Amino acid sequence: MTRPALNRGPSAFNIASLALGLGFIYLPIAILVIWSFNASKLVTVWGGFSTRWYASAFQNDQLMDAAWVTLRIGVFSATTATVLGVLAAIALAKVGGFRGRTLFSSMVYSPLVMPEVILGLSLLLLFVAVGFERGFWTVALAHATFTLSYVTVAVHARLVTFDKVLEEAARDLGCPPWRAFLTVTLPNIAPAVVAGWMLAFTLSLDDLVVASFTSGPGATTLPMRIYSQVRLGVSPEINAVCTLLIAAVAAGVLIWSLANRWQSRREAVATKPYAGA
Amino acid sequence: MKALGKAGSKRIGWPPLAVAAPFLWLAVFFAFPFLLVLKLSFSHPALAMPPYAPKMDWSHGLQGIGDFLKALSGVNYRRLTQDDLYFASYLSSLRFAAIGTAISLLIGYPIAYAMARCGPQARRLLLMAVILPFWTSFLIRVYAWIGILKPEGLLNAGLHALGLPGIDILNTDGAVYVGLVYAYLPFMMLPLYAALERLDPTLLEAAADLGASPTKAFWSVTVPLSLPGVAAGCLLCFIPMVGEFVIPDLLGGPDTLMIGKTIWTEFFSDRDWPSASAVAIILLVTLVVPILLYQRQQARALEAQR
Repeated sequence: MTRPALNRGPSAFNIASLALGLGFIYLPIAILVIWSFNASKLVTVWGGFSTRWYASAFQNDQLMDAAWVTLRIGVFSATTATVLGVLAAIALAKVGGFRGRTLFSSMVYSPLVMPEVILGLSLLLLFVAVGFERGFWTVALAHATFTLSYVTVAVHARLVTFDKVLEEAARDLGCPPWRAFLTVTLPNIAPAVVAGWMLAFTLSLDDLVVASFTSGPGATTLPMRIYSQVRLGVSPEINAVCTLLIAAVAAGVLIWSLANRWQSRREAVATKPYAGA
Repeated sequence: MKALGKAGSKRIGWPPLAVAAPFLWLAVFFAFPFLLVLKLSFSHPALAMPPYAPKMDWSHGLQGIGDFLKALSGVNYRRLTQDDLYFASYLSSLRFAAIGTAISLLIGYPIAYAMARCGPQARRLLLMAVILPFWTSFLIRVYAWIGILKPEGLLNAGLHALGLPGIDILNTDGAVYVGLVYAYLPFMMLPLYAALERLDPTLLEAAADLGASPTKAFWSVTVPLSLPGVAAGCLLCFIPMVGEFVIPDLLGGPDTLMIGKTIWTEFFSDRDWPSASAVAIILLVTLVVPILLYQRQQARALEAQR
């Protein structure tokens, strides 16, 4: 059999474009990380290895306050978004036709492509209209709203591919729907739920535009702080903070993918007896 | 609870709650705020904080609503047409997004194609490698380019080391393109890769058997079959690029015009909320067509999966 072109393995051109592409993607991040260890304050002169910028970042109260606010907003908004997003995914995947379904699905999916500037502006007008004092809670509510869609997408994809027969079997055996959901469906979609939470959390950690619109005095998030310093130019202290954020995200993704791998291996073992039958 | 489980029909169970909770949340925090933006865009121009005239008077029932509608004014929109700045920043946003999307496609296609040609193990690793930066902060990724592109930055240091003259690219439109392509490349590559990976290899085999050269097979089989991925990737890049704020603000110059930046300036520097709302509404109207196209494309893709 002649092997089809797509399976013939990568050509020299393919390898070159992969190398250049990954180089383009990773080079700026790598440079940022390396330069955060530069002893010199000058961003273009290498003054030897040093962790002084990390020490000074940790002593910078403004940065640390902002980090703490951001973390709390992230946990609250990601958790809220996950609960609502999972419910929305169930509504879209399992509840057949209901009144306003089209409106519902377009409301769920629109924030994915909506420019952040518009999301921020509209939420701010809401908070102003109802006289809600802007600060920690307004940012958290705003983040929960736009990250909810991402959770729904992640969970919906898993719900659609998940074998419905299992849940139906549980119901046929007299299991109430909520229990069938908790004991059969939820464990099966758990990886997607965790992924959705993590996505919502990182999006909240990352957001500058929506937070700038909806925040008030006393609730400056880390991206807002970084942004106001970045406008003044590159600073080694910000490089250090960015490196820490990148490391945290990379560690999170790595742990999650390892856990996922472990889970799928366990699933493979668990379903083996049926494979032969 | 038990009685409810038995009595409730098998299909319905507890899903009404599943619909109601997110529905209400999105109605309050997503749909209703849009109406507020719409209303404000028709208000009388005023600086700084609300309340803005006209004010809806609920106590007079329909009479109040009628008065409210009569008092609305299109003056903010009229001002937008009178000031060339807005029109210019619209056109310039669309141009940035179109060219940025095209460059992303040109760069993303060969990479996604190469990924699809690798073995399954390598594919998984490469996919992870492409997605990973997507998880790290957007702001940080844009910021990283400032250190590279600035006059005394690494790009010029490299050029000088090679004996070439340096270029002054930071705070120009060129730097905005670099930032746009860099930040949105994963959005282009993932749908492309998904389409290319699904491609049935026997089709290429058939093309080869019928005497097509690899180049011909690529253009007459691979490219047409990857078009849904191309469409999804382009829309996924184009739509957010039009409203982009961070990239033109950090990498662009003072004369870089983009609509997201204009809204931000109207809002934060000029404190002209009604004008900012009017600009936002026009931006939204501009994006409605690509957004609908994207949703239809997604629905079709979902159908095909089943």
